Amino acid sequence: MKKISKIYMSLLLMFLYVPIFVLIVFSFNTTKSRTVFEGFTFDWYIRLFQNELILSSLWNTLLISISAATISTILGTAAAIGINNMKKLPKAVVMNINNFPIINPEIVTGVSLMLLFVFFAARMNFNFGFVTLLIAHITFDVPYVILNVMPKFRQMNPNLYEAAQDLGCNPFKAFFKVVLPEIMPGIVSGFLMAFTFSLDDFIISYFTSGATSQTLPITIYSMTRRKVSPEINALSTIIFLVVVIVLIVKNILENRSKEERV
Amino acid sequence: MKKTLISSPYLVWMVVFIVVPLAMVAYFAFTDPAGNFTLDYISEVGQYTNIFVRSIWLAAIATVICLVIAYPVAYILSTMDKRHQGTMLMIVMLPMWMNFLLRTYAWMTLLGNNGIINTVLGYVGLGPYKMLNTQGAVVLGMVYNYLPYMILPLYSVMVKIDKSLYEAARDLGCNGKGILLKVVLPLSLPGVMSGITMVFVPAISTFIISRMLGGGSNLLIGDLIEMQFLGNSYNPNLGAGISLVLMVIVLLIMTIMNQFDAGDDDKVLM
Amino acid sequence: MRKILSLIFALMLVFSVSSCRYQRLSEGEEEEEQILTVSDPSYYEKFKGKGISINVYNWGEYISDGSDGLLDVNTEFENLTGIEVNYSTYATNEELYAKLKGGGAEYDIIIPSDYMIARMIKEGMLQKLNLENIPNFANIMPKFRGNLYDPHDEYSVPYTWGTVGIIYDNTAIEIPEDGIDWDILWDEQYKDSILMFDNPRDSFAIASLLLGHSINTESFKELKEAAEKLKEQKSLVQSYVMDEIFDKMGAGEAVLAPYYAGDAVTLMDEYEHLGFAVPKSGTNLFIDGMCIPASSSQKEAAEAYINFMCEPDIAYATTSYIGYSTPNSAAFEMLDDEVKNDGISYLSDEYIEEKTTIFNNLSDEANLEMQRLWTDMKSTEESGTNKWIVHIFLLACVALSIGILIRRYIKNKKDIF
Repeated sequence: MKKISKIYMSLLLMFLYVPIFVLIVFSFNTTKSRTVFEGFTFDWYIRLFQNELILSSLWNTLLISISAATISTILGTAAAIGINNMKKLPKAVVMNINNFPIINPEIVTGVSLMLLFVFFAARMNFNFGFVTLLIAHITFDVPYVILNVMPKFRQMNPNLYEAAQDLGCNPFKAFFKVVLPEIMPGIVSGFLMAFTFSLDDFIISYFTSGATSQTLPITIYSMTRRKVSPEINALSTIIFLVVVIVLIVKNILENRSKEERV
Repeated sequence: MKKTLISSPYLVWMVVFIVVPLAMVAYFAFTDPAGNFTLDYISEVGQYTNIFVRSIWLAAIATVICLVIAYPVAYILSTMDKRHQGTMLMIVMLPMWMNFLLRTYAWMTLLGNNGIINTVLGYVGLGPYKMLNTQGAVVLGMVYNYLPYMILPLYSVMVKIDKSLYEAARDLGCNGKGILLKVVLPLSLPGVMSGITMVFVPAISTFIISRMLGGGSNLLIGDLIEMQFLGNSYNPNLGAGISLVLMVIVLLIMTIMNQFDAGDDDKVLM
Repeated sequence: MRKILSLIFALMLVFSVSSCRYQRLSEGEEEEEQILTVSDPSYYEKFKGKGISINVYNWGEYISDGSDGLLDVNTEFENLTGIEVNYSTYATNEELYAKLKGGGAEYDIIIPSDYMIARMIKEGMLQKLNLENIPNFANIMPKFRGNLYDPHDEYSVPYTWGTVGIIYDNTAIEIPEDGIDWDILWDEQYKDSILMFDNPRDSFAIASLLLGHSINTESFKELKEAAEKLKEQKSLVQSYVMDEIFDKMGAGEAVLAPYYAGDAVTLMDEYEHLGFAVPKSGTNLFIDGMCIPASSSQKEAAEAYINFMCEPDIAYATTSYIGYSTPNSAAFEMLDDEVKNDGISYLSDEYIEEKTTIFNNLSDEANLEMQRLWTDMKSTEESGTNKWIVHIFLLACVALSIGILIRRYIKNKKDIF
């Protein structure tokens, strides 16, 4: 039994990792061939770092993800506090609308936002670009923040807030001293989720981006539609390495905090 | 009362950027470019029935394959030694963190007629097989990209199952098969349901996978919508009509699926 | 755990070694770096320090990017004028049209083809150019001025021109002495090895030429016949592509593809196994022109960009890098005689005169019909499906969910009592 499950897991990991390893291997290839490895080189990495388009879209992506995640975290946390105090019916209605961007196919969300922006662009004289991208990203980020924060209220003892007020805190102080620390884990995971979704989003950005502020996924898409250069493999390798490092660091930190608690 | 006020900025945001845009999709679907009411575009969607059928079919196959692959994975993971569980889960999830365009692109280089798989098969004297630009490749792309969405909910349900239940079942005379059928399966059903929706919805509406791996001749609903807005046949009214139908299909499927994991009151009605 | 990882690693090694053929690193040949001289530097100076940026929307693989020792056009322009260039690309005229028509995105330079220029002029999507700001227009050959799509050169300045032909793999296809024709793309023998244009206008043109119709036909009957012809071809086509052709033909994935002559030149430079043939029954001749969309607010800077593109050095870098034919007489003079007479980019005047046709803008109805037929062609599968399936499916879903809701309602009622 043990053996079978080990074999099964190795097969799965092969399926998951072979494509990525192939990408990585061919990022060191001297020629542009994607099937024959003809020699080792770092050329594509050098080219990648000279490619202004990729660098600027990387910057745009980071800028948009961080701003969108920050704004949605604030907006979403505030919303969660309010929604939590609503009566049953309005709460259900709001939560249903809130979940729409999550269950709706991304392409429909993208198209609907595009139609909205087109409508206003024509009347208010603005262009697709950073702002439209940011709005679109916030729109699909906030629901995730709310979904992460809401359960924390449920786990919290509702009397804590009142107790703090009874002990002389004003509502603000009571909130920052008592409520916020309780819901903090939800806020953090909401922020991280929003950030990663923004970072990786292609479909919605594709429909809401303009001539400027191309994000990395959009640049990658246009690269795959042209003469493909191994720069794209080099880029994959770097992204993969960054992901691996981030996850390892995260794991170590988590383990350490667990040990400390013990 | 005052507390609910704090959510008003987001409520406004929600109306402007979620409700109004969807209303605009509906508006476009039922009007012509001049703004007059028409049912032409909605009825024109009927012409593309084969695309809808193909999308639903391919997405369903991909979902089933994902379920078949992911179920044992989640089970193995959840019964693993606690110390290794986190690391192993991370390793399984890691590919999902790569940009999905790059992951799909990787399969392009693997599956081609002169791709790596065919080259390797060639050394053994087999092939070449036509793999890229087929419906099979599209399904493979869906499975590869969305498999983690199936593993994660299954795992999170299974890991919560009290392991003493297994022992109790064994004591009561259940063999391994019995435990799986009578304990794990019923308890993991909510995970199965959310896994199915999490795979099916993106799979049915994708346009990248079908474009990159399907060769442009295996159009899916997503391709059709994209074509009407930013592609080769500009027709936003028809595009809105198709989007509306897609949305209705997805919502209906979600409603049906959600009936299976009723009980959690805080779960949203949809 | 570690075992699994090392297993994967070992497999990867086997994998990469097995497909690894050792070869010497080919040293890049040192080429002479091209140095830019412009006709009137002061013209470009005036934009310096104003912090202007323009958005250029061009075809993919359609500008010299600084490789092969040629000029990097956008960087040179930025250095010369201080104007920042935001450069992005599209794959087909129709995509460009959709992006522009959809509104929202502001571009300052676009490079559509003839028929699309005419369509955009008709729909008021372009601004009139001030030719006084484009003195280098003088470099444009007289035969490329006053084109039918823009008879008074008010809206566009030709960028490049070319013809459509067939790129083939000469290890797989033998070209008969009297040349080939479009019907080779319908040859069963090459099933699954044929690539086809992923845009309606070029595809319909090929089908029309094969059927002996005009490529500018507006007859619904002829369009329908062309669509039927394309449907017939569908089972033979490996995939519908635009610039993906570079990879697919280069890597030997496919053996036949209709494409633009300029890209064929680029491909043949790189891959010995590829050839290019101009079909004997005639083809389409296209001219791509630089235009300024009506929504642009940086007209002067955009005109400077157009003027810059018409600089002999820049036009030379462009035509040398992308392989498309240049309408710029000064740049043409700079080309080697070998290139001028290659029979690909520069065909004989007789052939051009007799066998090539330029696209006209079709009527709105014909455009719409072509789009419709195109989508229909792309969506068909060999087996027909019942038109009502989706409706029935939807109804069934609705019925099912109503049923579930009712059941739930009854259950809730029971629970109360």
